[in-house]
Amino acid sequence: MTALVTQTDAASRSEPRASVEVRLEDLRRQYGSVSALDGLNLTIGAGELVALLGPSGCGKTTALRLVAGLEDADGGRVVIGGRDVTLLPANRRDAGMVFQAYSLFPHMTAHQNVAFGLRMRKVAPRERLRRAGEMLELVGLAAQSDRYAHQLSGGQQQRVALARALAIRPSVLLLDEPLSALDAKVRSQLRDEIRRVQLEVGTTTLFVTHDQEEALAIADRVGVMRAGRLEQLAAPTTVYTQPATAFVAEFVGLTNRLAGVVRGGAVEVRGVRLPLIAAGGADGPAVALVRPEAVSLSAATDASTGPLLGTVIALAFLGASSRVTVDLGDAVVLVQIPTADAVAYPAGTRVQVALRLDPVLITRDAAAVTP
Amino acid sequence: MNRRRHRRLELFRTIVLVVLGILFLVPIGAMVEFSTRGVGINSPRTLSSFTSIFSYPDLTGAIVASLELAAITSAAMLVLLLPTMVWVRLRVPRMVRVIEVLCLAPLTIPAIVLVVGLAPLYQWININLSDSILTLGFAYLILVLPYAYRSLDAGLSGVDVRTLSEAARSLGAGWATVVTRIIVPNMSSAVLNACLLSVAVVLGEFTIANLLNFENLQVAIATIGRANAGVSIAVAVASLLFVFVLLLALSFVPRPGSRRRRVRIGVL
Amino acid sequence: MTTLVSSAAEPAGPPFRGRLRVPSWVGVVPFFVYVAAFLILPTAIVVGGAFAGAHGPSLTNISALTQPYILDSFLHSVVLSAASAVIGAVVGAVLAYAVASGAPNGVIRRVVTSACGVLSQFGGVTLAFAFIATLGGAGFITLWLQEHGVNIYANGVWLYQLSGLILVYTYFQIPLMVIVFLPALDGIRPQWREATSNLGGTSWHYWRHIAGPLLLPAFLGCLLLLFANSFSAYATAAALINQGGIIVPLQISNALSSEVGLAQANLASSLALAMVVIVVVVTALYSWLQSRTARWVR
Repeated sequence: MTALVTQTDAASRSEPRASVEVRLEDLRRQYGSVSALDGLNLTIGAGELVALLGPSGCGKTTALRLVAGLEDADGGRVVIGGRDVTLLPANRRDAGMVFQAYSLFPHMTAHQNVAFGLRMRKVAPRERLRRAGEMLELVGLAAQSDRYAHQLSGGQQQRVALARALAIRPSVLLLDEPLSALDAKVRSQLRDEIRRVQLEVGTTTLFVTHDQEEALAIADRVGVMRAGRLEQLAAPTTVYTQPATAFVAEFVGLTNRLAGVVRGGAVEVRGVRLPLIAAGGADGPAVALVRPEAVSLSAATDASTGPLLGTVIALAFLGASSRVTVDLGDAVVLVQIPTADAVAYPAGTRVQVALRLDPVLITRDAAAVTP
Repeated sequence: MNRRRHRRLELFRTIVLVVLGILFLVPIGAMVEFSTRGVGINSPRTLSSFTSIFSYPDLTGAIVASLELAAITSAAMLVLLLPTMVWVRLRVPRMVRVIEVLCLAPLTIPAIVLVVGLAPLYQWININLSDSILTLGFAYLILVLPYAYRSLDAGLSGVDVRTLSEAARSLGAGWATVVTRIIVPNMSSAVLNACLLSVAVVLGEFTIANLLNFENLQVAIATIGRANAGVSIAVAVASLLFVFVLLLALSFVPRPGSRRRRVRIGVL
Repeated sequence: MTTLVSSAAEPAGPPFRGRLRVPSWVGVVPFFVYVAAFLILPTAIVVGGAFAGAHGPSLTNISALTQPYILDSFLHSVVLSAASAVIGAVVGAVLAYAVASGAPNGVIRRVVTSACGVLSQFGGVTLAFAFIATLGGAGFITLWLQEHGVNIYANGVWLYQLSGLILVYTYFQIPLMVIVFLPALDGIRPQWREATSNLGGTSWHYWRHIAGPLLLPAFLGCLLLLFANSFSAYATAAALINQGGIIVPLQISNALSSEVGLAQANLASSLALAMVVIVVVVTALYSWLQSRTARWVR
């Protein structure tokens, strides 16, 4: 406890704490016979925001809770700022956590909630008042500091939760799907808010979500997880344009699965030779994963023929862009184009599809080709 | 939740449940022991106390009377309370609060107080209407109101009474049909709940019956107990077991209206 | 008739086809008549009787309450209720916590709550006999202790006195506490515990700052409920104690069943009125405390 007090003495002066690196080494966790985490290795750089993305049950929340100390690991280590905290109880880890919902103490005002962690660290009342006020100001809720949780909207509650987690100047900030319980509009606003605050304070952050848009929008690096393992850990653009596995390609963004043949270092799909993301790989049949925005349309003339000739069967208006579903006879392709262009192709129009020559990922898993 | 705390919690739970379990089972065990004693020291266990229940006509009469009262009270609750609650929700929404207050009032007017006021009333009833013990049903329904109301209310709030009844009426159903064929089947667990609770309350009632000089199950147990403790304890054991099984069965009936998912309290 | 039918209180709806339009208030009449006869009327009789005198309204019955033996019985009732309420509340809260921290639909929870339902509602006579069977003159424990040289009744048979009543009363107070306190415990969200831990708090901090303050109103409210419940309990005492009016409910039953004409019946009414006043005040406090809890723990 003494060590913690000294740390907070330093922290109670207005100097921001230096950011630290967080390492997850070979983390394992089992629930009965189910392996929630299967040897997870992850290093979060100082001041970095890493998003763990994946479907439910992939282990991302488990990983987060292991870092927080709310669960015990079955194997592996958690190292925060060079300190092995694996055996430390949750209340000694110096990790600030924002829960999905319902975590504000209902009988305390926003201000009291934010000051609570400081109280646990025996910070003097005057200082508590100042720091809590500072944090509420940082998240834009200074005017609501005397409100109770049930008097605040969902978005406001989460902002208070964020302020509360940051008030203690933690070494690492942990966010457990903080936006999942909120409305869509509030979600995108708060998402940017969280990133802004995180950049300003500079805390190393681990952000867990199942929403790929969120992860791509705010993270420095995205870790895509499946069944307790990391499938890919890279910058958002890389994960999107150069997915390492078919799962990543399909989980992050939409993908068209088109049958083709690998020949001589490229894959031939419907008469078009597309470069490969990953060089090598034997010749033979394969499935190419093509992004909808890499596909374009043009009106078909009476003379049009070929494997890329098709009919529009559906048009989904998404705001600025639209998604056109085209039936090529033996395959269905999703095309994403600006809405202004999409109006020219109502359902029933004969169109000619063109594939942009972006590098694509291939998979040999032919069984799941969309008919 | 981490393992350390989990273990400590489990230990705590085990100790509490075992210690209190023993403390509470001892008197019940003693009842079983007492009621199976044979005559004289060291004589073998016997069920004679249980079998001799039937040789006490007063006792068997009282058991039957209590069971009849339980049935009557449940029926009266269904015939009087339920339609009123449905009617009020459909036609006079402003009275919902009034009905609620009336139904929950008996909680603040304990039986011992109520019986003082019921005494002159029952004198009149016994002279002018009937002096059967079954007239107690009127008073028992009052006692049962709070529990039945809460249960039926929870059930009704899970049913969109307005929409369903309007749909039924637009298809030509009369009001009675609406209640019996549309509303009630959709709150069957609440109805069952209310009935079982009514039965439990009626079987356990002593105060009013005793002070109005009727001999129901509990009064009979008390009376016989002065003469033959063994038999009366045997009846007590049997009735306790019966109601326990009843309430245990009740706990498997899905609780009406409790749509709220129970929070995983492993981390309490 | 038509005015009533189109009154503001009645919600619009398609009329019964081909049937006589029934005014709204008709449906509630049977219920109101019944409640008026068997709840309102008896209550009025009690209140009226409390203030009735030989020649019109008087306060003689109320002042009769100040007689020493009556005041003694009130004191005993208060002591009995307070003691059994406090013990019941504390032990019951601990048991409720043990139940609430387990699986929500598990066997233990079901069995314990059913058992508590039985013991709290069904108490009375059965309980009294259970204790006679356990600690009575020929009781199981009494005999067992005697075999080991311990005579618990060396200084008199306390089972049939106030201390015995306190012991027996806790037997139904504890289960009642479990039943009324469980909902409050169920409302505690695990996130609060985790957040406390995350912010550096220990178990002590959690109970001192979070769970304690949140549960306190509910706890106190349930304590009051237990008090009211004990105060108005009659059956157990009646089954254990054959004579005497050690507590108020027994005084009421004595007054009610004695053959000394009108005066005693009215004494019963004034005793009953006094009891109702006490119970109503306590229950009102309970409601107020419950509403405070409901505000936070949704």
